[in-house]
Amino acid sequence: MEVLNLPGTEDTPTIILDSNNGIFEISGRSLPEDSAEFYTPILEWLDGYSSTPNQETEFVFKLEYFNTASSKLILDILSKLETIDNTKVSWYYHEDDEDMQEAGNEFSELVEVPFDFRTY
Amino acid sequence: MKYIYELHKVMVARNLILVYEGEFTQEITKSVLAMAERNMDSMKEDPAVKRKVFNIMVECLQNIVKHSDEINNHSVTDLNNAVFMIGKQEDKYVVVSGNPIANDRIEMLRNKLEKINSLDKDGLKEYYKEVIKNGKGLSEKGGAGLGFIDMARKSGQKLQFDFEPINEEISFFALKTVVLRSNTAD
Repeated sequence: MEVLNLPGTEDTPTIILDSNNGIFEISGRSLPEDSAEFYTPILEWLDGYSSTPNQETEFVFKLEYFNTASSKLILDILSKLETIDNTKVSWYYHEDDEDMQEAGNEFSELVEVPFDFRTY
Repeated sequence: MKYIYELHKVMVARNLILVYEGEFTQEITKSVLAMAERNMDSMKEDPAVKRKVFNIMVECLQNIVKHSDEINNHSVTDLNNAVFMIGKQEDKYVVVSGNPIANDRIEMLRNKLEKINSLDKDGLKEYYKEVIKNGKGLSEKGGAGLGFIDMARKSGQKLQFDFEPINEEISFFALKTVVLRSNTAD
């Protein structure tokens, strides 16, 4: 599959979706003006990937900040990951960022995907 | 010229570190956020407090941007503008916004805010999960219906709000959110 690589900006996260190298990562800040528009290519990419996924998928969230409109789209991403076998989420949070840890916890309670929690 | 001094006095008396009045867009949101962030960085603010203030500012500013086109039909010219302020006191930050809204939205807003204020920490968490799970995607405005809930959760305090009638069609919606600094006092 084609690589989806979006460099981060001050209000959108860095996205790397690269199935050949097994890299699936969202990092940085997410507070776009139109979060539905921003996340559409990511959701579409995952639709394509889910038909021929790798044997294992480790999806990395390494977000510094996301707004509530983005949180809805993050849940949409997680719901797609739910349908892909052998998927796990690695949820990174800054070691003193309890709110980001809690956000990850809440997402893990909303979907049937195993979460690993890691600090950076 | 006296108003300059008057305004200055009000800002000092209320400990306002940032005031913006005018049109609100995503570009302006980013500028306001960057200014407030720099201010908190230069004050060596505790990262946890800084993150909470940043979070509340984003939701507050994006709310104004999303709804700012609703009252254009009412063309009260200058009154269409909104105001956004941050106050910093020894023990807390105060994030304040004020914007005109159509009167027919007051009841919905009041109900939502009163419901949020009636919930404790766990209640807010459950309400957040309920809305994110059952919400029917984003509204046409791109909102997830989660902004106020998130602001209340990050604040840990009640949201303070008021509706001041402007005319029979629109009112001025004022919202104040507090972030305590006390648990991190140096």
